[in-house]
Amino acid sequence: MKMFSSRAWRENPQRYRMEAAKFKKSGKTYFPPRDIDPETGDTENEIVTLPETGKVLTYTVIRVAPGQWSDQSPYALAVVEMDDGTRVFGQMTDCNVDEIKIGMEVRAEFRRLQTEGHSGVLSYAHKFVPKWY
Amino acid sequence: MRTVCVVGVGMSQWGEVWRRSLRQLFVDAASKAIKGAGVDHLDSLYVGCMSSGLFVGQEHLGSVMADYLGMRGLPAMRVESACASGGMAIRAAFMEVGSGMSDIVMASGVEKMTDCDGDQATYALATAADQEYEVFHGATFPGLYAMMAHAHMAKYGTTREMLSQVAVKNHDNGALNPVSQYPFKITKEAVETGVMIADPLHILDCSPITDGAAAVIMTTEEIAKKLGKPYVRILGSGAATDSIALYQRPDMTTIKAATLASERALKMAGRKITDIQFAEVHDCFTIAELAILESIGVYERGKAGPATLAGETARDGKFPVNTSGGLKSKGHPVGATGVAQMIEVYKQLTGQAEGERQVKGSPKIAMTQNMGGSGGSSVVHIVEVA
Repeated sequence: MKMFSSRAWRENPQRYRMEAAKFKKSGKTYFPPRDIDPETGDTENEIVTLPETGKVLTYTVIRVAPGQWSDQSPYALAVVEMDDGTRVFGQMTDCNVDEIKIGMEVRAEFRRLQTEGHSGVLSYAHKFVPKWY
Repeated sequence: MRTVCVVGVGMSQWGEVWRRSLRQLFVDAASKAIKGAGVDHLDSLYVGCMSSGLFVGQEHLGSVMADYLGMRGLPAMRVESACASGGMAIRAAFMEVGSGMSDIVMASGVEKMTDCDGDQATYALATAADQEYEVFHGATFPGLYAMMAHAHMAKYGTTREMLSQVAVKNHDNGALNPVSQYPFKITKEAVETGVMIADPLHILDCSPITDGAAAVIMTTEEIAKKLGKPYVRILGSGAATDSIALYQRPDMTTIKAATLASERALKMAGRKITDIQFAEVHDCFTIAELAILESIGVYERGKAGPATLAGETARDGKFPVNTSGGLKSKGHPVGATGVAQMIEVYKQLTGQAEGERQVKGSPKIAMTQNMGGSGGSSVVHIVEVA
């Protein structure tokens, strides 16, 4: 399926700069940004840039990957809680996948991720590396 | 609301069914259900299907299926809620019969998953996750459940052996089910030495890719009685959603959509979880069965694993789970799964489960729990023998 590049382009603020939405009433931040706070229904929010560091809440290592990712496997995926409490999902890189642990401190870096689908759009976004790497 | 009954059931062959197409699989199951119920017409049809568009390039299933069932003109539509599509089709039929709008409605589910290669199938399945913020980063379904498993192990001390026992137990049951895709027993060693798919899940922690269909006839109690066939009553239906992305859930070790759906179904049925005698739950991965049993309140958090090891969820245990073999052994033709769960509890409650698979002691009340994606949706039904 050919995807238009607008699909990738419109996500640039969050994928390139980790922009998130912070809601006024709850003070909670969601990544990617959304228009309505799922817990309070509040619509008043401001765009904030997430802190670059956080810790691993859970992870896995993908050993059998579908076609477009198969040349990268094994690769690790993690749910990370950034220092401000916001949850972010992403790949772990520049580390031994067998040494990843829950609680590990990580830092987000800007990396090339994939060639999306059949469109050939080069996708960049955050990947996590060990904090002191 | 009128009482809604299930009075006839049918399943196609399940597995890699190369000789039958999407529509043929549906017709196989639907014809058996109609024959089983002894009805001479339908008032409407729901077809649960996750992704016929991506698997075989066919949408518009209401028309396709009514046409090939020889019922042109029948009101028919597709219901989609990823892997919970079948359960949601039952819920739609339940509402239509219960409301008094129609008297005889078919709820069905179908998926044809082996007409494409593994990559395409993986891609299609992954559309049930968050495309832009999970799949974009390389997430797969085994990967998402693997993350749930790691979180569960860290929080509750759930062990590799507990996960393995879920697969072993479900294969013990599936080995006795004539429709199973993988009707054989496995050992814990086989689970633990199988290919690693996504740490800590090995290949035998995962449900397979399956072709198959399932259908049930739902009607009023008055008509069910007249038909003179064994039937069951659906006492309650509950459905719920949660965040599409696993990472956005405050607690990744529990399935909140299953909790809410189960509470709602039990409330409608006027029953408590302790009234339920056995259940079919959505074991798409071994960790899912444990997380669900805790989410619906059969076990406290962290206790489903030890209970499984102790044999409590086995066919002869105090709370049999997935006597059909579950998704794990029976197979998982995504859209058909929720309907097949209803068929299993229908068979068990009416004493029609094959041979040794029949739960002892004539149980009276059961639960089906069907789930979409990594828990982004769930639907639960409470079923009682008439």
